Amino acid sequence: MIAMEKEKLKFAFYWAASCGGCEIAVLDINEKILDVIAKADIVFWPVAMDVKYKDVEAMPDKYIDVCFFNGAIRTEEQEHMAKLLRKKSKVLVAFGACSQLGGIPGLANVANKKEVFERTYLESPSTLNPNSATPKTSFKVAEGELTLPEFFDTVRTLDQTVDVDYYLPGCPPHVNLVAGAVEAIAKNELPPRGSVLAPEKSVCDECPMEKEEKKISVIYRVYEKIPDPEKCLLEQGIICMGPATRGGCEAQCISANMPCTGCGGPCPNVTEQGSAMMSALASILGLDQEKDSNFDAEKLMAQIKDPLGTFYKYSLPASILRRRIMKDE
Amino acid sequence: MSELKQIMIDPVTRLEGHGKIAIFLNKEGNVENAYLQVPELRGFERFCEGRRAEDLPIITPRICGVCPVAHHMASTKALDAAFNVEPPSAAKKLRELMYSGYYIYDHTLHFYFLGAPDFVVGPDAPPAERNILGVIKKVGLDIAKEVIKHRAYGQKITAILGGKATHPTSGLPGGVSKGLTREERQEIEKMAESSVEFAKFSLKVFDDVVLKNKKYVDLVLSDAYTLKTYYMGLVDDNNKVNFYDGKVRVVDPKGKEFVRFAPSDYLDVMEERVEEWTYVKLPYLKKVGWKGLVDGPTSGIYRVGPLGRLNASEGMATPLAQQEFARMYETLGGKPVHLTLAFHWARLIELLYAAERALELSRDKEITSKELRNKPGKPGEGVGIVEAARGTLIHHYKIDEEGLASKVNLIVATTNNAPAICMSIRDAAKGLIHGPEVGEGLLNMVEMAFRAYDPCFGCATHFAIGQMPLEVRIYAHDRKLIKTLRR
Repeated sequence: MIAMEKEKLKFAFYWAASCGGCEIAVLDINEKILDVIAKADIVFWPVAMDVKYKDVEAMPDKYIDVCFFNGAIRTEEQEHMAKLLRKKSKVLVAFGACSQLGGIPGLANVANKKEVFERTYLESPSTLNPNSATPKTSFKVAEGELTLPEFFDTVRTLDQTVDVDYYLPGCPPHVNLVAGAVEAIAKNELPPRGSVLAPEKSVCDECPMEKEEKKISVIYRVYEKIPDPEKCLLEQGIICMGPATRGGCEAQCISANMPCTGCGGPCPNVTEQGSAMMSALASILGLDQEKDSNFDAEKLMAQIKDPLGTFYKYSLPASILRRRIMKDE
Repeated sequence: MSELKQIMIDPVTRLEGHGKIAIFLNKEGNVENAYLQVPELRGFERFCEGRRAEDLPIITPRICGVCPVAHHMASTKALDAAFNVEPPSAAKKLRELMYSGYYIYDHTLHFYFLGAPDFVVGPDAPPAERNILGVIKKVGLDIAKEVIKHRAYGQKITAILGGKATHPTSGLPGGVSKGLTREERQEIEKMAESSVEFAKFSLKVFDDVVLKNKKYVDLVLSDAYTLKTYYMGLVDDNNKVNFYDGKVRVVDPKGKEFVRFAPSDYLDVMEERVEEWTYVKLPYLKKVGWKGLVDGPTSGIYRVGPLGRLNASEGMATPLAQQEFARMYETLGGKPVHLTLAFHWARLIELLYAAERALELSRDKEITSKELRNKPGKPGEGVGIVEAARGTLIHHYKIDEEGLASKVNLIVATTNNAPAICMSIRDAAKGLIHGPEVGEGLLNMVEMAFRAYDPCFGCATHFAIGQMPLEVRIYAHDRKLIKTLRR
């Protein structure tokens, strides 16, 4: 694209197990995309450009300056591409929650291939499947053989597969973070390797809601309570992941009167987002009642429904839990 | 059967998430059969189970980051039904306004970034030019800026109402979490006004570039791109197209109403079949039955999406879109239209409708109301249906006493079209391939057949800037690779 200048950067984009929202996040920088094209040649972008695997394989090692990789790893092919792009790139950026933490597709680690297949192909109420057929990696039809890639039991993050240099958090990353990262790269002002390319603060630090350091004893579901739109949701009893989630998103969800669900991943200097949130919750839930004679911690905690989906919605593969232990494994 | 040759059209760089096409030739070199394989599954139905009900409108949009608003909306409506609660009138209008914004964004994206390269740059143009950059070159930078602007407007409307454009958060059982301020309403009104003009302009582009070019018209009318199927879409009380709410109407290949049903009855009408060669299930009309990959009144295969919706309806609910609706059917010889490439035309008529509807809603007296939520009842079972840009989208939940999802069933928009897409690819290939010499033309003819549907296999194809990387592998009867074509 555009004229070839010696100093022009070479960018690559790749998309593994994810929804495509990260690619839309790139488009959402709108006219700024023209600036990106002015600063960099895009040498590999499968959804947008005609460059094949073979062309990537033919590139010298470290040919690509920066590769933005979105999506988790769940097939052999994605693993292959992660390794290939690592080799060919000077800088590999895990772009978005799925590649950083496993993301929503990582919730599939509550099950394995067998359970997913049973639910999808055998138990679904709209499916008629008298012969209990399920897709096969190799299948003979009348005309010949058809193949499908293997479906793995476990979803992995990008850095559980290859070394990662930087992380761009969010589901998808906020436009400002994408634009900021591109600018830092262009100016050669990237922070130390291993950094998360987002502000050193939590969602709470960006949240405009008023905090009163209140303790709570009752937890409400979002549909059970109309919150005061000026006040901290957590202090109103609605579980908000803000205290345990990295900022940079301008607290957009909270601006819609809905709690943070944690897509920004753990706060600076924290590795375990879920346990950080549980600890944050423990510091305000029921503290006032601890000295009561009829204090019942279990009853308090039973108010928290589906802790796994609540605290680890985007980070199960990256967490210490990683996946559900299956009996037949 | 060892006399057959196999051609694989593999978006090789997108193998895991996207379509994969295998075409088999017989010994005369003609097409025997074609298979569209979807090589990915993520298992949402399984891992949604056990999650909090209110998380489903947050989790399910991650099925597709290009059409997250459709999943958010279907999910929220399924929760309305499961919690037995009707949102206040203003909340329904706010949802529909956000949904109209999503249509402005999505239909603009598809037409200009994906469909237009074939028509504006030309189906025979070199692949290197047949992309959005080629379109910009042809139409000029000023128009390109309008395209970028109006795509962004659609996203902006969603973000104002939903918190975020990609993966909005405002849907709750019984209503929405956020209303509109007066300033926000004004901003949306301006964007909608501009979008109406942009949609009119887009239809004019289609007129000038496609309809005034005999070569394109012949292509649109050709047998290779014709399928006589049933059609499905949501309609309002007057059988006008509706994206957000209503009954699902199905018409037969002659255009006669076959069934009109409430979302909760979808299991009486639709059934899915499992094939061992693809991860996607193949739906069909239960009462007509599965007869294989064939069209006609005795085959239960139906089509959804822009042309499916227009065929299944009796018109558009806004004045300008209705005029365009009438003009399309007049031009193409009446309803229903079976021409696959007419999906593009129908898409632009819908873009106009979405913009007009957004404008109406932005001027609605109730739209700045503070009555946003009604109290949900006890949890149970519910079905939510909306029209995603790519077709009818069904979310079906069972919610237990604790408010956790115990069962989740999803029929996603593109899934409905999977059997028809498979046939369209086969027919396009049959029309073109005669003998083992398979050239560049085949790739694009086949691409055009499935691109018309704007298919969403893991969401790549409709985002592709003009083209998907394709690989065609030609195998001799002994399965030896004799030729590879790539671009």
